[in-house]
Amino acid sequence: MTRRDVGDVLLEVQDLSVDYLTLNGAVSAVSHASFTLRRGEILGLAGESGSGKSTLTTALLRLQRSPAVTVGGKVLYHGDDGTVTDLVPRTDKELLHLRWNKLAIVMQSAMDALNPVKRLGAQFVDVLRQHDPRMSEKAALERAGDLLALSGIPRDRVDSFPHEMSGGMRQRSLISLALACDPDLVVMDEPTTAVDVVMQRTIMSQVLRLQRELGFAIVFVTHDLSLLLELSDRLAIMYAGKVVEIGPSTELYHHPKHPYTKALRDSFPPLYAPLVEMRGIPGTAPDLMNLPDGCAFAPRCARAMDLCLTKRPELVQVSEKVDAACHLNDPQKEPVGAGPSDARSENGHAA
Amino acid sequence: MTTTSTRTEQPRQDAEREVVLEARDVTKHFTVRGKKGSAVVRAVEGIDLELHRGEIVAMVGESGSGKTTVARLLSLYYPTTGGEILLEGKPVSHVTGRKALTYYGQVQLLFQDPFASLNALKPIRHILGRALKIHGKARGAKQVEQRIHELLTRVNLTPPEQYIDKYPHELSGGQRQRIVIARALAVEPRVMLGDEPISMLDVSIRLDVLNLLKKLRDEEGLALLYITHDIASARYIADRINVMYAGQMVEGGSSEEVIHDPQHPYTRLLLDSSPDPGRGLEGDQQSLFDEVGDLGEPPSLITPPKGCRFNPRCPFAMDICNEKEPEKVEVSPGHWAKCWLHQEGRADLLKQRNIQFGVPIETAAAEAGIDTVNAEDILDRTVALEGETTADLGPFQP
Ligand SMILES: Nc1ncnc2c1ncn2[C@@H]1O[C@H](COP(=O)(O)OP(=O)(O)OP(=O)(O)O)[C@@H](O)[C@H]1O
Ligand SMILES: Nc1ncnc2c1ncn2[C@@H]1O[C@H](COP(=O)(O)OP(=O)(O)O)[C@@H](O)[C@H]1O
Ligand code: SF4
Ligand code: SF4
Ligand SMILES: [Mg+2]
Ligand SMILES: [Mg+2]
Repeated sequence: MTRRDVGDVLLEVQDLSVDYLTLNGAVSAVSHASFTLRRGEILGLAGESGSGKSTLTTALLRLQRSPAVTVGGKVLYHGDDGTVTDLVPRTDKELLHLRWNKLAIVMQSAMDALNPVKRLGAQFVDVLRQHDPRMSEKAALERAGDLLALSGIPRDRVDSFPHEMSGGMRQRSLISLALACDPDLVVMDEPTTAVDVVMQRTIMSQVLRLQRELGFAIVFVTHDLSLLLELSDRLAIMYAGKVVEIGPSTELYHHPKHPYTKALRDSFPPLYAPLVEMRGIPGTAPDLMNLPDGCAFAPRCARAMDLCLTKRPELVQVSEKVDAACHLNDPQKEPVGAGPSDARSENGHAA
Repeated sequence: MTTTSTRTEQPRQDAEREVVLEARDVTKHFTVRGKKGSAVVRAVEGIDLELHRGEIVAMVGESGSGKTTVARLLSLYYPTTGGEILLEGKPVSHVTGRKALTYYGQVQLLFQDPFASLNALKPIRHILGRALKIHGKARGAKQVEQRIHELLTRVNLTPPEQYIDKYPHELSGGQRQRIVIARALAVEPRVMLGDEPISMLDVSIRLDVLNLLKKLRDEEGLALLYITHDIASARYIADRINVMYAGQMVEGGSSEEVIHDPQHPYTRLLLDSSPDPGRGLEGDQQSLFDEVGDLGEPPSLITPPKGCRFNPRCPFAMDICNEKEPEKVEVSPGHWAKCWLHQEGRADLLKQRNIQFGVPIETAAAEAGIDTVNAEDILDRTVALEGETTADLGPFQP
């Protein structure tokens, strides 16, 4: 597989925490997330439903809406002119310039992002003319056709309403729209969950082609780990609002350093490899309002030790390129990949 | 805990015989009204399907290929336009309401969405109790209670006391889908029709539900139709796989044969497009997402292509493919396909390592009337005035 050349640091996320302020108190949906993203890099973000993936990505771009609040940490954006800006304290007005021009997003649901009663072309024209008020309507419409062409959609589709297009086409047109201003970063939150595998392949091959030509970085969110392994340079695994492991995709796949990463990997039946009896991950994700004292994964972890029940593991560097948050990586502990116990073959169903 | 085995080695001879539910040449056309008058959607055509005792049959295909329509026809939700449905060899006529009760005592449908299919206002005791009572499977409070406990145990919700008084919203998605399965089992059916029963569930709990369905097959001899677009999960759970394309079944056979030796170009496209953990990670291997161009979309079912419905997307299409619908060919015992390559002696093409399916992006662009697909070019023109943004930019809400 051809890996991309990655460049300088683009985004440095430090200790980012996001809460939802609810009537029953604050829900800590993302806590102390830290990672670095380089120019042209594809970072995959995986984890169960509710683990905080969408919350983290919207907070990255400062797009979160009430009741979500960034309660701590920094998101340092390194511009191509060498300036470094912390996005967290910026006002919406100050962020305007960065959005679309530098940082774009493709949302989880294409249907939500498009106006159902407006022709596609008109929606593109709105965006383009807000970006550049001096552009004539005619020129903007022309440009809309060009942008659709970027993802292989016939230009006469500018006259279509969203419901007249297949889900795949809608998603492809949104990707085109996200690229309209040549951004440095495109965040994609489950862009292919609603389409089938053949369309997914069409879309992703186009995204990767554009990425090679234009060099933007991608944060790609999905729960489909097999997809991420095909796609990303590095992977971040989230569990209960925390990044529990991050590192090169191949490393995480072959040598997971966190039992949850391993269990998630082993949740996908193979397409070609010999079939073996598999198990999912026993139990259910924890209630974020009521996290256990120690490791949040402990109630479901086949390798939990006494220490895990009392002390919360921190995300620390555990090998040259991998960070993980699990006590098994403490000095003198058996590594995750080794040992007789294995999250997939042991442990009853705690359900 | 489920205790199932993955049975690929020993085919079950006895099960091979006993057909429980069968579709013969079943067709469903829908008439839809639009601005330009009415049109006929040829949603499914010529479906032959046999569900055997103790066997799981999968039906895979892109969305819109007719999978749900087949499940609904088999559960008498719609009358057929043509063909026959047979339960234990006897033709089934289309009945509804109370008249259909005997049929539903044998054939149960599992829906995709475990959230929508349970009554949110009732506890589990009521939901399961009602199914038992309607089908006369238990009488008197004590017997009902006891049967509910059995059902919960069978779907691995143990101890039952912990679940019986809960409401659906107090359960996780996987637990809810197990309640849906328990409710279907309450009726003691011989057949279950699962329409994407795990697609709404979280990855980590999907295997759990699949293992439960396998257990019911092995221990209780249930016949199951497993509908999915995820071919890896079909292989994991099913004895046989049928591939649907544009309303027709185009290939069928044992799961391992269909996956390792596909005999229809569409099956290859589906397999070649499916992410597989462990593939694409080795240095020289081609990535799934290396440039493929436009792989196309299924045709309109109002005006399907003449001849083979896959011909507009098929890299091997021959003249005959545009003229005549391919006939069924048995490639090896129990493994068949509908594709002219077999009659034309060109089936070897299906064994090539790389099949170029997509329309190259340049060709697609030319057809679409676009002269350039150079991304930088296009964006250069778009970004001419970068940095002068003054207004908020459009539909940019999370
Ligand atoms: N508006 C809200 N108010 C309160 N809590 C919320 C709100 N939105 C999300 N949450 C909670 O925050 C946590 C993280 O949610 P988030 O949407 O980020 O998850 P996710 O990983 O994107 O999940 P999915 O895979 O289902 O998209 C969950 O526990 C969720 O219930
Ligand atoms: N009630 C209906 N009226 C008209 N067309 C329908 C109806 N139900 C399904 N169809 C059409 O039949 C085809 C098959 O749909 P469906 O069985 O839902 O496919 P799948 O489950 O494989 O996604 C589609 O073209 C769909 O639009
Ligand atoms: S810290 Fe302990 S409980 Fe948590 S994942 Fe590691 S071994 Fe399991
Ligand atoms: S019949 Fe012809 S068009 Fe259809 S799949 Fe076979 S080769 Fe392709
Ligand atoms: Mg999300
Ligand atoms: Mg369907």
